[in-house]
Amino acid sequence: MKKFAPLVAALTLLTVTAACGSSDDDTSTESNEKVALTYWSWAPNMDKVVAAWNAKNPNIQVTVNKQDGGDPAVTKLLTAIKAGSGAPDVMQAEYQKIPTLVSADAIADIAGEAGSLKDKFPQGSWNGVTLGSEAVYGVPQDSGPLMFFYRADIFEKNGLQAPKTWDDYAAAAEKIHTANPKQYLGTFSATDAGLFTGLAQQAGASWWGVNGDSWTVNINDAATQKVAAYWGGLVEKGVIDNKPMYTPEWNTALNDGTQVGWVSAVWAPGVLEGSAKDTKGKWKAAPMPQWDAAGPATGAWGGSATSVTTQTKHKKQAAQFVAWLNSDPEALKLLATTANVYPAATAATSVLTSPPAFFADQPDFYTIAAEAAKATKPFTYGPNVNVAYSAFNDAFGKAAESKKAAAFTESLATMQKTTVDDMKNSGFNVAG
Amino acid sequence: MSLITPTRISTPAPAAPAVARKARRGGVPYAFLAPALVLFVLFLAAPIGYAGYLSLRKVKVSGLGLGSKSRTEVWAGLSNYARSLSDPDFLPSVGRVAAYGVIVVPTMLGLALLFALLLDANRTRESVGKFSRVAIFLPYAVPAVVASLLWGFLYLPRVSPFADAFEAAGFAAPNILSSSGTLWAVANIAVWGGTGFNMIVIYTALRAVPTSLYESARIDGASELSIAWRIKIPIVMPSLVMTFVFSLIATLQVFAEPMTLKPLSNTISTTWTPLMKVYRDAFVRNDIYAAAATSVIIALATFILSFGFLKLVGRRAFNQED
Repeated sequence: MKKFAPLVAALTLLTVTAACGSSDDDTSTESNEKVALTYWSWAPNMDKVVAAWNAKNPNIQVTVNKQDGGDPAVTKLLTAIKAGSGAPDVMQAEYQKIPTLVSADAIADIAGEAGSLKDKFPQGSWNGVTLGSEAVYGVPQDSGPLMFFYRADIFEKNGLQAPKTWDDYAAAAEKIHTANPKQYLGTFSATDAGLFTGLAQQAGASWWGVNGDSWTVNINDAATQKVAAYWGGLVEKGVIDNKPMYTPEWNTALNDGTQVGWVSAVWAPGVLEGSAKDTKGKWKAAPMPQWDAAGPATGAWGGSATSVTTQTKHKKQAAQFVAWLNSDPEALKLLATTANVYPAATAATSVLTSPPAFFADQPDFYTIAAEAAKATKPFTYGPNVNVAYSAFNDAFGKAAESKKAAAFTESLATMQKTTVDDMKNSGFNVAG
Repeated sequence: MSLITPTRISTPAPAAPAVARKARRGGVPYAFLAPALVLFVLFLAAPIGYAGYLSLRKVKVSGLGLGSKSRTEVWAGLSNYARSLSDPDFLPSVGRVAAYGVIVVPTMLGLALLFALLLDANRTRESVGKFSRVAIFLPYAVPAVVASLLWGFLYLPRVSPFADAFEAAGFAAPNILSSSGTLWAVANIAVWGGTGFNMIVIYTALRAVPTSLYESARIDGASELSIAWRIKIPIVMPSLVMTFVFSLIATLQVFAEPMTLKPLSNTISTTWTPLMKVYRDAFVRNDIYAAAATSVIIALATFILSFGFLKLVGRRAFNQED
């Protein structure tokens, strides 16, 4: 580092002189000005994807700063925004966090800088970054349509088919648990609000909405009630487990064959590869069990966009990078194969030809995924998703522990009240 | 111990005729105080003041709250405090911490005192004393988060070696992270981690006692047990009071252990302890104003409890020094 000190000093001097020369440093983009951007992301191997950009754009060098995950990254970003410095230029942001980030003035509208991208993405994903307005708060990177994963060998042993409906799923769960009391087809995880949201989305819920100049909140609606009652019933019967996902115990259960199914999303192979590596080749992917087999629908769990923060000094270059990363065919291929994400761009279907390694024997993996992506129901997130989600953790944690179906449905009223109270307290216009 | 009472030095300072010298001398104490004062103001008084200020503010959103100018900070009066105290999760979290304290503090200090007395007893001092001291102290050197992860693995039936042992013995492994066991699970980590530190504090106090005291007790016919009970424990009372106050403060601030165990269990809510509520408000709900108000409440409670306790026991514990 010391060796470069004179160089750094000279560069700083240059930058200062340049800044003095121009009236507005936001617009001063000399064609050969060197720009360094930082990019917060938690996708694996994102630095390798970015290396392809850096090789082609010597003047816009991007450094990836690996994050622990969506929640801690947002916490850090919001803290940096409050502090006035410390935010990256570019940031991976989950769809459900975008209204919160826009509301906190943390991510910038890049409608003017990103160029026309609208046609390159499915309507649902694009809606997630515009929030239905003219603004563009990021470019969709990946989507997480819900799918069902199961141990094909266990299903075969029990004479079962992949469940087509939720009734089939309940019957299969009961049959498997009766045959071997140590085995469960799934678990209800009170720590994964995102999955429950996706399940409610599949049933037709949309927890937030905008009606004129005010928000609507519908967490305790009929569709969500149906989902909560269904999972509460399974837990009460004891045919599925009630322990959280993503614990050392759950990993072990997947690996030793006591969790034999997982309602998850298209990115599940990556997780299974890490948690259940001894069971490679025994899993199969299927479309989600349906409420109405005639009208297939699914929800989403996860999925994120890449946004430009309001603290960046190089909004234009950042927007260029973000657009390339999520729509350029070369980048899409790298995203899918190296970073293991399921790109949101419609052009991605052409690069996703071979199934993920963990599902090597299932050539139609991405066909099922593409069908699921198409069948994803619309869902609007609100500006306080985090409040609703932490209310979910607390209320459903208690409900799962009590193993009472009634406690599951009652928890929705708590979530609804907590969410609405928080919005009203902050001063949001909330209808009803 | 009463020998160390400071006595005022009565030798008069040499007369200072020059006014300039007097003035310079007047500034010296401040120069010496300055580093401490600056650090105190910068890193303690100012943040506390800022937290107090924040606790009286709130964000007012207008309309849908989506434009960049839709948020303004306004005065909130005491409404943040009212919300904090009336939050249905707040009182249960206080009650939980109280129960946790009732379990942790006596157990931890009892064990620490017992270990210190055992180590101080003549027969163990030479042989295993050194090893035991380090072994008992070592958990204190393990960060709370690491300790919680370690215990978390031991608590989860499917990954715990204890569960295997239970099964081998033909029993069902207990689910420690169930609604009735969680408090004990968290308390156990605190006791495991804190005993060593308190033991060292008490042990050091014991070592400072001149052995002649014990010798005369022995000549008077006192047994080891009554020496411990009638001489050693009264002598280390000030250390016990100090470790009690430290433990009390640590109890009110319990955070790392339940926070680390939370994702492993359904039974630890986001507001399991008051400090977890502060964290949730500040970083999950993005409401630093409510978090500041709750922080002020916790700080006041800590202040009142620890100083109240010191006042209560102060005379009895320290009377030997008066």
